[in-house]
Amino acid sequence: MTYSNFLIQIQRFRFRGIVLIALTVILFLANLAFGSVSIPLEKILSVLVGNSIDQSSWQHIILESRLPQAVTAVLTGAALAICGLLLQTLFQNPLADPSILGISAGANLGVAAVVFFSGGTLVHLSGLGISGHLAIVGSAFIGAIAVLNVILYMARRLHSNLMLLIVGIMVSYLVSSLITFINFYSSAENAFLFMLWGMGDFSGVTASQLPTYAILIFIGLGAAILQVKPLNALLMGERYAINLGVRIKQTRLILLIIAGLLTAVTTAFCGPISFIGLAVPHIARLILGTGNHKKLLPFSLLLGGAVALLCNLLTNLPGHAGIAPLNAITPILGAPVVLYVLLARKRIIN
Amino acid sequence: MPLLELKNLSIGYVDCRPHKVVHESINLLLGRGELTCLLGTNGAGKSTLLKTLGGFQQPLGGEIFLEGKELHLYARKELAQKLGVVLTDRVATGNLTVYELVSFGRYIYTGFFGQLSKEDHRMVKEALACVGIETFAHRNLLELSDGERQKVMIAKSIAQETPLIILDEPTAFLDLSSRVEIMLLLRKLASEQGKTVLLSTHDLDLALQLADKIWLMAKNREIASGIPEDLALSGHFNSFFDKESLSFDIQNGTFKISNQSFKSVSISAKEPVRIWLEKALIRNGYEISNSQTSIHIEANHIGFIITANKISTHVKTLEEVLNQLKSNGL
Repeated sequence: MTYSNFLIQIQRFRFRGIVLIALTVILFLANLAFGSVSIPLEKILSVLVGNSIDQSSWQHIILESRLPQAVTAVLTGAALAICGLLLQTLFQNPLADPSILGISAGANLGVAAVVFFSGGTLVHLSGLGISGHLAIVGSAFIGAIAVLNVILYMARRLHSNLMLLIVGIMVSYLVSSLITFINFYSSAENAFLFMLWGMGDFSGVTASQLPTYAILIFIGLGAAILQVKPLNALLMGERYAINLGVRIKQTRLILLIIAGLLTAVTTAFCGPISFIGLAVPHIARLILGTGNHKKLLPFSLLLGGAVALLCNLLTNLPGHAGIAPLNAITPILGAPVVLYVLLARKRIIN
Repeated sequence: MPLLELKNLSIGYVDCRPHKVVHESINLLLGRGELTCLLGTNGAGKSTLLKTLGGFQQPLGGEIFLEGKELHLYARKELAQKLGVVLTDRVATGNLTVYELVSFGRYIYTGFFGQLSKEDHRMVKEALACVGIETFAHRNLLELSDGERQKVMIAKSIAQETPLIILDEPTAFLDLSSRVEIMLLLRKLASEQGKTVLLSTHDLDLALQLADKIWLMAKNREIASGIPEDLALSGHFNSFFDKESLSFDIQNGTFKISNQSFKSVSISAKEPVRIWLEKALIRNGYEISNSQTSIHIEANHIGFIITANKISTHVKTLEEVLNQLKSNGL
């Protein structure tokens, strides 16, 4: 009975995984098809397999704009979801997500600083000139890594994860306060520019930057997959994990570095994207009915990609009046899920 | 060689400066296959001692030898094969099945991604069977009662295959039958599987009946250890729990809540009526006397006869006895 039960569980998991992959593919194609111009599916497929089509503008739109954007969405969604999952398990807190440790706030600070210090000469930045863009990405990364270092330093000194979480939240507030100061003294257009960046955008990664972006994300995701076993032990609480033989300090450091890297990279390129990191692990737990990372981690990874694609699709849909901000869409999907999970925690049972 | 040996150990809080010493000069032994209960009042340092022995915090001084080797010399993985713990920490966030959680006990034995071998599966099943929860192996932890969850954690420790299991108040928050069940289970682990079990508890009566050894802990005094009977005869129990409200009855080996007595009552009754009549009277503040007193209660086949001030009253139940005594201002 036990064994057959086990097999049924595996079958269910496989079925859900296959459905999710199919869904991701459909969403991916939809991302390529819809936008300011709608492109028929057969043309998209033909471009994807490397043929050239009669409408060269369509080909250009797909290869230079929509394809990088869709790939970025998948990678970013997966990265944010894994970030959220790692932090939720590490801090044993359902509300932990990439923004909670102040890492994304650090990235924000970096961007705000660039926007401010480049002064009025930043007009070319708003046009997303190469140097301006690199400045934004670089400074966001530096800001995120700086805050991450503060958190890691505290992690070595503080034994309690709860204390560390509180430190993270406080660092986040402090950094936000600095950002407010910077914006206060900035020119109106720079403040506006910063606000635009804060809305989140998957189109920030150009086709030429995509390989670098993908490699960085893959490193983070790969490292996360290697942590499945200690993550599971952490589900029982830190002291049980220690007793089972987990080297807790080392594990905590590794998890923080992975989460920090993924947050820094995604925030630097796409802006601070809210709610995907927080909500996706919860949705994955709801669907799977398990907290076991052997299933939860790969599933969250895929689901993060799918959710990001869906969000990106929705930014394009409302009329043809332009593109809605990503961070206007993500909470609409994320907030109800988080609320549902928190209010009905006992009902997550299968 | 004892399994665990504490030499001149001082325990306390290392996080604050200066270190706060909770207990010092602890010299104790833990024999193989023995069930040892750590008893003591709140604040005596039971939890601190168990945390120190479990390797969760550093001792302030002295040495701990586990199988002849100092505790702090063990690598984490090595220690995980020597001692398993059941803590007061609630495992609530997991959303795991019982089987999954118990299988985490195999942590050090499993592969890089935690995949279970045949041997691991066998051990998990054995552990589940040992604590009698194999029927709900696939239930979610969130559905379980406190007692069931405690059994799961014990099964986890069994799956861990350690010679020593340390449990911090495993019977706290449980109802009486679950408490007895858990204690019997631990007793069985010690006698049948040869595990050394150390647990802290407030269940004095259960500890007296089931423990091989007892460690008695109180503030500012040496920890007394020995088999329950020796500790009872030497008067340790009374001195450790010397509060006015609780006293150890050396005659029948139980703890009594001692109310202040003001009236003496003599009784003549046969068992089992006698014991219950005594209980009811003591609970209401009467003292049972063997000599002649002003109040005498006699039990017969229809009820009770209360004789006081040379007036006799017949009543049927114990409740009526108590009411009668009260209404007469006795």
